[in-house]
Amino acid sequence: MKKSVFLGALTVAGLAAGASAAATLDDVKARGTLNCGVAPGLVGFAAPNAEGEWEGFDVSVCRAVAAAVLGDPTAVEFVPTTGKTRFTALASGEIDMLARNTTWTFSRDVDLKFEFAGVNYYDGQGFMIPRELGISSAKELDGATVCIQTGTTTELNLADYFRANNISYEPVPIETNAEAQPLYLEGACDVYTTDASGLAATRASFENPGDHVILPEIISKEPLGPLVRHGDNDWGDIVRWTLNALIAAEEYGVTSANVDDLAEGTDNPEVNRLLGTEGNLGEMMGLDADWAVRAIKANGNYGEIFEQNIGESTPIGLSRGLNAQWTEGGLLYSPPFR
Amino acid sequence: MSDTHAESVAFVRDTMIPEQAPPASEAGAVKWVRSNLFPDWLNAILTIVALYLIARLVIGAFPWFANGIWNASSLSECREILDGATGGCFAVLAERWNQLLFGFQYPSTEYWRPALAFVLLAVAAAPLLFWMYLPSRLLVLTALYPFVAYWLLWGGTILTPAVAALGFVVAYLVFARIERRSFALALGAAVVAAVATWFLGGLLVDALPRVLALPEVASRNMGGFMLNFILGVVCVSLSLPIGILLALGRQSKMPIIKWICVVFIEFIRGVPLITLLFVANVVLAYFFPPETNIDLILRVIIMITAFASAYIAEVIRGGLAALPKGQYEAADSLGLDYPQAMRLIIMPQALKISIPGIVNVAVGLFKDTTLVSIISMFDLVGMIRGPILASTEWNGVYWELWGFAILMFFPVCYAISKYSQWLERQLATDHR
Repeated sequence: MKKSVFLGALTVAGLAAGASAAATLDDVKARGTLNCGVAPGLVGFAAPNAEGEWEGFDVSVCRAVAAAVLGDPTAVEFVPTTGKTRFTALASGEIDMLARNTTWTFSRDVDLKFEFAGVNYYDGQGFMIPRELGISSAKELDGATVCIQTGTTTELNLADYFRANNISYEPVPIETNAEAQPLYLEGACDVYTTDASGLAATRASFENPGDHVILPEIISKEPLGPLVRHGDNDWGDIVRWTLNALIAAEEYGVTSANVDDLAEGTDNPEVNRLLGTEGNLGEMMGLDADWAVRAIKANGNYGEIFEQNIGESTPIGLSRGLNAQWTEGGLLYSPPFR
Repeated sequence: MSDTHAESVAFVRDTMIPEQAPPASEAGAVKWVRSNLFPDWLNAILTIVALYLIARLVIGAFPWFANGIWNASSLSECREILDGATGGCFAVLAERWNQLLFGFQYPSTEYWRPALAFVLLAVAAAPLLFWMYLPSRLLVLTALYPFVAYWLLWGGTILTPAVAALGFVVAYLVFARIERRSFALALGAAVVAAVATWFLGGLLVDALPRVLALPEVASRNMGGFMLNFILGVVCVSLSLPIGILLALGRQSKMPIIKWICVVFIEFIRGVPLITLLFVANVVLAYFFPPETNIDLILRVIIMITAFASAYIAEVIRGGLAALPKGQYEAADSLGLDYPQAMRLIIMPQALKISIPGIVNVAVGLFKDTTLVSIISMFDLVGMIRGPILASTEWNGVYWELWGFAILMFFPVCYAISKYSQWLERQLATDHR
């Protein structure tokens, strides 16, 4: 009976919670699905399509981890979280990992007791204004009304930036990106500020994108990445190295199309170690040797995921910029697989 | 007539003339327009201004509807087809109507189930809403409906709801047998009988999980307007009886019961609904081990029901307070005991007085179910705000989607309001 199990579990709630928090990998394997926290809807990063399947840049990270751990990229239970509920959902164990374009900050890492597994998108906060205002720099925004999402780091960055430059502004608080667009278009605020990726996506949806400019100032560092709870380093390792595998795969030219051929064995020992034909990296993490092959096959390597969801061929049209490989002038740099 | 005045009066009418039509300016449309739209200068000016505004609105909005695009795969395609003309992009509704109604995770092959449950709701509610015209035997349908609806919406074997229903039946039979001896004893025995039935039935369900089984749909896969409707119907129908009990409890002379009710009502009414929802979503999870998450919908139903019960209890308390003391004394003098007096004398009158207030709470509650979108459940509003506006195809479509939400909510709320007015007229026994 489910009921008696539930009651029994309640009585030993403390014990059970303490014990189960320590081995997320076992929990995930026993459950057969990965509980992954995502945004309830963010253009290009996470949104269900017309068939009801989740798609997006962050979603692909969840799928890659599920493929590596469970062998099935669809074995993911996506738990939508808002900016306010995301951290409690992770801390309470409702989700195993959070891939919800969350900025890696000191206090979130240290004080909130989370562990960031890496960075899957280097973003920065920017400003968008109507072209007709004729403003060319954020420093000229004195007295402007600014649409800003509450409960995010953008709110704090904005206050810091305006204070540092000794100019004033009037905030117009909004809940989601979707709310900001009509407000901005109707002129309820002069400026819309959020991460530059979000600005590009928003501008792309306008009827006349050319009437709006994104100011050159990027006022913050927003390294966005997946995160897990403190205290289960084994699980953190799996998420971290799955993300690194996707990044390294692009660097070494391993794609979803050729991964099967390369997994037969290549001349490049680094690729061999990544794909499990040499060494025992998978075993060290408690997974099998093919873990990275499956992760890459799920949605492709980092570059493929980028192009599919937010790259220049999509309506969002983001260029790689900081998110290019280190060999091409970007910041993506996976530690060696050795 | 004599001819006394034959010389002095030229003509005397000796038959009645037939009734004449009133002058053109005092009849029909002209009269209506004159007396309603142009009775004096001020009203005439207001009428003209209003007509001008309505004309502007219609002329402005008409092309938006007339040029509306129903067949496109994205907002940018809509704009291409429109090519600068004004027009709505209704293609988003054509593509995503199923997500707006049922959420994006409800399996599309099973849409007939919520649809059937919705139709059956009308059948089940009719005996309750129009009891004075329908035989009371039909109330059996109403009693069966929750179990059938659960089976249709959530799926699984039919034995689960059947056992649940059986438990209630057994409890009632036991209660009816023992009630004459002692009310409290009967109540206790009924509870024991029900739990025993559920326990034994649970074993049966575990043994035969595939009897008449529909594919199971998890709660987290419910969404769209269906979710609003489930929450609205369940919470309103649960909160009414609980509200009555709370209202009576608050008036009780037994101090413990009274104070429990007072504390509950005052606490719940003192906390915003959104806070309770956050508690249901976020805080409760801390108290349970990760494996035993109670269903989120269940948590939300409990919170909304508690919230609505507290309000309804206060509305009914108002009704009770409005009854003259003589009614209570009349019941006592007839020798009725407390339950009989309440059931036969007090409650029918108090509830009648409370109808407008109860309906007010019910309509408000139904609309408040959209607040669950804040805790990232995908009800109708959550679907619009989250997944649909965040898809690369439909990012930027607003009027069409929110218009659809209005089309969903308005008829329901308006129907509730009309029903309550009709009910008030039906129950009117005074001669105001």
